[in-house]
Amino acid sequence: MVQRRSITTALTASFATVALAACNGSGTDVSEPDPDEPIDLRMTVWTADESQLALFDDIADAYIAENPDLVSSVTFESLPFDDYTTSLTTQLAGGNTPDLAWIFESTAPEFVGSGALADLRPALEESEGYEYEDLLPAALELWSQDDGLYAYPFSNSPFAVFVNTDRIDEAGLPDPQQLLADGEWTFDAMRELSAESADEIGGHGMEVRDFNYSIWENLAMVWGGWDAEAWTADGTECGFTQPEMVEAMSWLHEAIFVDGALPGPGSTPDFFGGDMTFSITQISRASALDGSFEWDLIPLPAGPAGQQNVIGQAGLGVLQNGQDPAVAADFLAYFTNPENAEALAAYFPPPRESLLDAAVLAEGNPMLSQEQLEAVVVGGIDGAITKPAHANFAQLQSTIRGELDSLWTAQADVDVVLADVCEAAQPLLED
Amino acid sequence: MTATAEVRGRSRPRSSWRRRDAATGYLFVAPAVLGSVAFVMVPLIAVVWFSLHEWNVLAATFTFEGAANYERMLADPALRQSLIASAWFSAGILVLNISLALLLAVLLNQKLPGTTFFRVAFFSPVVVSLVAWTIVWGFLLQSDGGINALLASIGIDGPNWLRGSTTAMVSIVVVQVFKNVGLNMVLFLAALQGVPEEIQEAATLDGAGAWRRFRTITVPMISPTILLVSILTVVGSLETFALIDVMTQGGPGNSTTVLVYYLYRQAFQFNEFGYASAIAVLLFLIVLVLTLLQWQTRKRWVHHEN
Repeated sequence: MVQRRSITTALTASFATVALAACNGSGTDVSEPDPDEPIDLRMTVWTADESQLALFDDIADAYIAENPDLVSSVTFESLPFDDYTTSLTTQLAGGNTPDLAWIFESTAPEFVGSGALADLRPALEESEGYEYEDLLPAALELWSQDDGLYAYPFSNSPFAVFVNTDRIDEAGLPDPQQLLADGEWTFDAMRELSAESADEIGGHGMEVRDFNYSIWENLAMVWGGWDAEAWTADGTECGFTQPEMVEAMSWLHEAIFVDGALPGPGSTPDFFGGDMTFSITQISRASALDGSFEWDLIPLPAGPAGQQNVIGQAGLGVLQNGQDPAVAADFLAYFTNPENAEALAAYFPPPRESLLDAAVLAEGNPMLSQEQLEAVVVGGIDGAITKPAHANFAQLQSTIRGELDSLWTAQADVDVVLADVCEAAQPLLED
Repeated sequence: MTATAEVRGRSRPRSSWRRRDAATGYLFVAPAVLGSVAFVMVPLIAVVWFSLHEWNVLAATFTFEGAANYERMLADPALRQSLIASAWFSAGILVLNISLALLLAVLLNQKLPGTTFFRVAFFSPVVVSLVAWTIVWGFLLQSDGGINALLASIGIDGPNWLRGSTTAMVSIVVVQVFKNVGLNMVLFLAALQGVPEEIQEAATLDGAGAWRRFRTITVPMISPTILLVSILTVVGSLETFALIDVMTQGGPGNSTTVLVYYLYRQAFQFNEFGYASAIAVLLFLIVLVLTLLQWQTRKRWVHHEN
């Protein structure tokens, strides 16, 4: 009997965690922070960069000094980048919900649509001196639902092309910067220069960083030039069998297996190691350059459908089931106000129109010239698209990765593989 | 009267001593019992309970669904694929690991110079970090990695090991076997050293050759260890996760998505904790049934069992 009671008690304790996690705090008013006593806020982030964390701490300390009745401490908890969303959802499952969290753009529809996040719009609009109207509407789109804003897009980092100019010079190839000036900076030109540089001096031509024949959504930087999309804007129709996508993926397949412009699957060369000519990635990767070779940074090339800028966005949201969403939202409003957004711009291009200025950005980016920032960041955010995002993204990512594995062989029939991709993905899009 | 009193007088302290002894015993086992209840029984029961619910962490919904997750399992083709992948993986590990471990143990049981070095060499991967081991093998198995460079030196054009569905499965089996074969080898070595020399000598005098002595004397004498090793290997193979996550992430396609990796995907990537719990129950039942089967068949082939 005693034993049975013990088991019941233990089970009750275990299930309480689930009950807490399942307890939806919808309807919390995030515009009026008024806790009984100051609380300890916790924000999950994927950066472990000490200088970035030091900046966050400075902002948090200033907030605590101004609001000692609301918050007693703010902890920035670094979770590994590769497993970030998994770690975050595990915390939610265990009832260990953070107050604020960074969120990838790919999972934005899932987080926004699920009701996991609090509506920030009232708190931001009512925050004194916030200048809500300064936020670019296009940057907020992914994080909005109805009239609400469920995360602040704190980072809007454009994808661009890093060029190893030493390799270009050594191979005797035309300067990509000149091609850009002449209006001839195209994906075909980049592919040609990549293949020729690899042929002439060895090493490798180009990479789409972090793609690794697995994270296929990073290929959006390439297929954007063909005006292709993984699925329609409303997320209901698969786009992999559309002619634009077939053409873009055929181009990529030939670049890999015919020209050798991209290293094939199963090898892991590194642009920042110096044996590759081009890398399509975000400007934040400039910190990996150690001065061992000369480099340049230029915008994404144009495809047959013209030039398409792509940005990687990261949102900062308040978890509905956190301790006190109103206090967390008040902190978020302070964390991202015009002054702090300017300080954060050193690492994270802000969604504020007034701050998208090359001179402002150059102060925080000593490795990049004002011209590079003007061309890549300021010009790169305008009219940019984000990588694919969907309410069912995790399942789509995994399913499409599995189907696309067949494409990464020399003998692959692109049309057949892409038809298989859509056959597998379409039910998930309709789910 | 006096005698009775003496007996009673003696029995009282003995009983009290026994009680104290028992209390001490219970005290010693209490941490293990509490640990088992808290970290084995409660999670086990909780998983069964979760498997009867639809639990979406993001939406914060936890709804009782009865057997819906189990019905979903029956209609899930990806689950069937993962069961097939698990069967291939476990069968490959079981056959390769046990035969290689036994072969190594027999070879290294000889009284020859250098056997200590080789025993250490084959055992050392067991103490190496699994993730480090897997990452190194990942580099070796790249299309331009060490294995293909070695093959190229003898004129063979090696495949892209981790990108072909068959070669990927073979690769992860081999990497896992090399990682753990040393442990089984040590267990077999211990068992081989327990086989009495005089029986072998008597059989030799009766004209039995080396193979016959091995088959009719050595194998039956070490059969309890073979049973132990086979149970541990099958259970271990069904729980292999990190190796697959680091090397293939279940690909190419879903060719190396074994059951435990599929479970991880459902829970931690797709946030389907209820369905993942149902898969965990299935995995538990598979391990239980396989272990019981192996245990039951011991009567037929394990020599020392009564």
